[in-house]
Parts: sequence; C-alpha cells; structure tokens
Amino acid sequence: MIGLISYLVFFLSGAMILAIAVLGLNLQWGNTGIFNGGVAAFFGAGAYALIILGGPDRPGELGGFSLSYPLAILGGIIVSGVLALVVGIVTARLRHDYLAIATFGVAIALESLVRNAEYLFGGAKGVRGFQRPLEAAIADPFTYSLMFLGLVIVCLLGVYIGLERLVRSPFGRLLRAIREDETAARALGKSPANVRLQSFVLGAMIMGLAGGLYATFYAFVSPQDIRPILTFQIWAMLIVGGAGNNKGAIIGTLIVWGGWVASGWALAKFAPADWQLYTGTIQYILIGLVIVLTLLARPRGLFPEELTVSTATGPDGPVKPPERGTVSTGGQQS
Amino acid sequence: MIQSLFDGILVGAILSLGAIGLTMMMHILRFANFSHAELLTVGAYVALVFDAVFSALVPAFATKWGSLSLTAALAVATLLSIAITGATAVAADRLIFKRLRENAGPLTMVFASFGVALVMRNVISLLFGLQTMHYSNDIAFAMVISLDPLLLIKPDQFFVLILALTAMAALHLVMTRTPLGFALRAISENPPLAQANGINLKRMVTITWMIGGGLAALAGVFYALTNQISPIMGRDLVLSLFAATIVGGIGSVPGAFIGGFVVGLASSLALLVIPSGYNPALPFMIILITLYFRPFGLFGEER
Repeated sequence: MIGLISYLVFFLSGAMILAIAVLGLNLQWGNTGIFNGGVAAFFGAGAYALIILGGPDRPGELGGFSLSYPLAILGGIIVSGVLALVVGIVTARLRHDYLAIATFGVAIALESLVRNAEYLFGGAKGVRGFQRPLEAAIADPFTYSLMFLGLVIVCLLGVYIGLERLVRSPFGRLLRAIREDETAARALGKSPANVRLQSFVLGAMIMGLAGGLYATFYAFVSPQDIRPILTFQIWAMLIVGGAGNNKGAIIGTLIVWGGWVASGWALAKFAPADWQLYTGTIQYILIGLVIVLTLLARPRGLFPEELTVSTATGPDGPVKPPERGTVSTGGQQS
Repeated sequence: MIQSLFDGILVGAILSLGAIGLTMMMHILRFANFSHAELLTVGAYVALVFDAVFSALVPAFATKWGSLSLTAALAVATLLSIAITGATAVAADRLIFKRLRENAGPLTMVFASFGVALVMRNVISLLFGLQTMHYSNDIAFAMVISLDPLLLIKPDQFFVLILALTAMAALHLVMTRTPLGFALRAISENPPLAQANGINLKRMVTITWMIGGGLAALAGVFYALTNQISPIMGRDLVLSLFAATIVGGIGSVPGAFIGGFVVGLASSLALLVIPSGYNPALPFMIILITLYFRPFGLFGEER
C-alpha cells in the first residue's frame, strides 16, 4: 500500500511539474496565439540554470556558485526569460511561421550546446550532485517526497491563480484581442509585437520554473531531459486539455502523462522481449497520433476555452453577451 | 579545404532539392510543414524496398554501372519512389492537412505537421529497425578526379551532384516555360486572382504536394547514396531545410536552390573550425542571422 502511495506521489510530482510548463504554453499559444516549437529549450534552460547556480562545485566545469535554493530557481526563471527575449526580439516582427521554426531551432541548438560543452554543462553525462533543499534536514525519504509534492503544488497553484487573474485582466483581453485580430488591436493603438513578446517571455519564464522544479525533483539534468519529444508531449497535453483553458491544461497534463506512463509500463510488461528496444518508438507514434487526431476530431480539446464577455458598460448599460457560436474561438488565427 | 568545399556543394545540392519542395509548399499553403523532411526518409526507404525487389526478380538489374554503386534496380526503384512519395504527400494532405486548412488556422497545421512527422518517422523505425543501412554493402572506392591528392570524390558523389543539378534545372524550365509553371506561380502569388483566371486551386495544391514529395524522395535517395539510410535522417535534416528556405526567402524557388548551397557549404566549412558536435546548432545560427539582417531572405518578399 505504502508502495502504491509513494508511487502516486512520485507520479503526481512529475505530472504537476509538467502542468506548470503546460500553463506557460497555454499563456503563449492558448491566450496569445504564439507558436512555441521549443518548449524543451525554455524548460531546459531553467533546469540547467538551477542546477548550475545552486549545485556543488564541479572541478573544471562551470558551477560552485552555491546560491540558496530560492535564488537558484529564480535564476533559472530569469535565464529562460532572457533566452525567450533574444528569440522573440529577432522574430517578433515576422510571420508566425518564423517563430515556429526559430523556437524549434532554439531547442535543437540548446541540446547540442549542453551535449557538447562539457566544461560548461557537463556534456552528455549531465550534471549530478545537486543537493536538494532541506533534504539533509528531513531524514525520511517518503516525508521528503510528500513535502516536495507540496512545494510543486504550491508553485502550480501560484502560477494557476496568477494566470487566471491575468487572463481576466485588461492585459488578458488584450492578449486575446491580438490573437483574434491583430489589425484591429493595432487600430486601437495597441502594439501587438510588444504584447506578444511580453506574453512569450512570461510564458517561457513559467516553463523555466517548471524546468527548475524538474531538475530539483531528479537532482540531475542531462541532454536526454530536453529532447524535442518533451515539447511534443507538452503540446499534446495542452491540445488534449483545451488551449485557452487553464483548468483544461492541468487535466490534459494528467491524462496525457498518465497515458504515457501507463503505455510505457504496459509495453515493458507485455511486449515481447525483442520489442523492448522499440518502446520509445511506439510511444512517440502514440504522441503523434494524439496530437493529430485531437486536432482533427476535437480541435478545441476536452475543455474548450470559456468564452468570456467583457463586462464593460456601453452607452445603454451593460453590453449584452453575444450568442454562443458567433464569437470566434481559441487557437485559430490567420 | 577543397574537400570541404566539395562536400558542402554536394550536401548543398541535396538540401536544395528538399528545400525547393518545402518552399513551394510554404508559399502556396502558407504553413511551415515540419513533416516535409520525413518525406526524404520515406523516399529513401521506398527505394530501398523496390531496389531489393527488383534485384531479386531480375538478377541482371543488380549489376553495378561502372564504378557507381547505382544499379538498374535502384534507378527504377528511385523513379517508383518519386511517385510513391509524391502520393504519400498527397495522402497526408487529403487525410490531415486539407481538413485542418478548412476548419482551423495555419498554425494548427504546423502543430499537426509535427505530429505527422513523429508518426511517419517512428512507423519507419518500427518497420525497418533503428539501425543504419546502405543500398549497397560494398565500399565504393574514392576516385581521384583532380590532381590534388587531398580531394577525394567518390563516383557516386559526382553522379549525385550532376543528377541533382539536372533535376533542378528541369524544374526551373517547368516553372518558367510551361503553362503549368505559370499556373503554379500565379496561384502562390495571388490565389483569388489566379482562380478568377480559371486556375483550379485544388489541383494546383495536389500538384505542389506531388512535386514536393517527388523532389524529397530524390533528395532522400541521394542522401542515402552518399551517406546512409536511417529513420532519423529526416529529423537530422529538417532544420537545415528550413534554414535553406529562410536564407533564400520563403516562397522563392531560386532562393531555396541557392539557400541549400549556402547552408550546405556553411555546415561543411564550419567543421573546419567548430567541433562537429555543434553542427546540429548551425542551421539555427544561420536562421537567426538571416532573420536579423535580411528578414525576408535573399529573394523573398514581405507578406
């Protein structure tokens, strides 16, 4: 029984960390319509920055800053944000396709950088030896993992509440206005390029937080953790849950991550021995199918974006809500 | 140095073939198709299958031509592969992209293209295994073409380069001299106006997928002949292909041609100064530099 519970705690910790990254993507794609093909890069930047800033001295390699945990995780968030700022500034004025290609490129470039620059990022062997916060003080591993799950949930709730407030604020309306009709937003004196950049950077910082927590969870990070499949998994979670809906994003994460873990377990248990090498291959096909089939069959996800109506008063009292279906909906733009 | 130049030109020609199809597709359908590179893989494996079939059926087909590792079997298999890969591209459009085009935006198609790429690549891995393969297991000996002993050119490489250039020249003639070429260019430039002139948009979209898939198959076979066949060859090339289209300017066929050579030469020459492990990051650097200094590439136009 305790084995099952401790596995559940392990599973939930992983899922909730990913859910934070999915919320970051939801701000970018769901609310602003920005395509991010390099989630793994921003996640990875947060993970590597945390472990290098807060980790031990590694002879001959970058490290030994020994920052306290909150500072290290903040450092990870900032590094992710700066990376997003650089990519965003170059591509902000361009067609959306370019951002898709450039962000995908960032992830490939970062992976090749951390894999090769051994003196900076540990190379293919990754960075080990991270001392998790308070681990020395809490002797019992189960208590510690419960406490860590608590920390992750607090972070998730913080991000969730912050984003819910944000999307209901005037800034949130501005994001959706830009997503739906950039020209109209510009006609109202808004600067779509600037606002998109802000949303992109903020979303990337949230992914950086998730990456930092992920590196804390495993006390280890390596190039294996930031392969492109991570980006596709996080997309699948958001697409299944419903772009534009934060609650849907979290539930989508649980469904897709549950499916991923379950399929891995089932393949390991039931697949013939000579198929074991292809477990990952089959799981990749599943993720690809989930993305394509959801987009075809249920493009707005299981929990579609709730259509919000501005409560601003017009000259004749409150503006009446439009009929459902007349409002254009999430994730679509031309 | 000379060797790097030659290798760069060879890789460049292969990238150009792939990038031309990609840029045409991006121009007419207005979305970045991340599954395009997987069509190279599909093309290489389809040719592998038919090469084996023909070699087994007609033993005379299996003899090599001169010092090339090319056989009649592989030549016929490549022609078949061009048709089948073109048909695969059309099928992907009919099953997936066409429906999304009608119901959702271009970026939804980009999401889907990543999904399609994942499925294509990993189904190929399942069918053929993760190991690398070759059309011919004999080692093709390098032939010294120049007097410089530092320059080694395999007959296969020389042959591939000539054939790639011929294919692109033929496409250029089709695009600039035939009614079909005019129609394709018109529909990419201004779909409503072209349709008003009686050009069938759906037919042109299908033809674009056919051409894109066919060129990708050719590029895939050429890459396989000069390197090796593996399920991840498309994944390894995807960013280089996009870099080539961006350098040339999205939508420009001559741009993609030149962009391919720029990216090929840059990757090859970079090996002289940067450790090879960093090579996957190079297309990204080229993309960033291009977007910063010349956002619409060498021949592209603002849209």
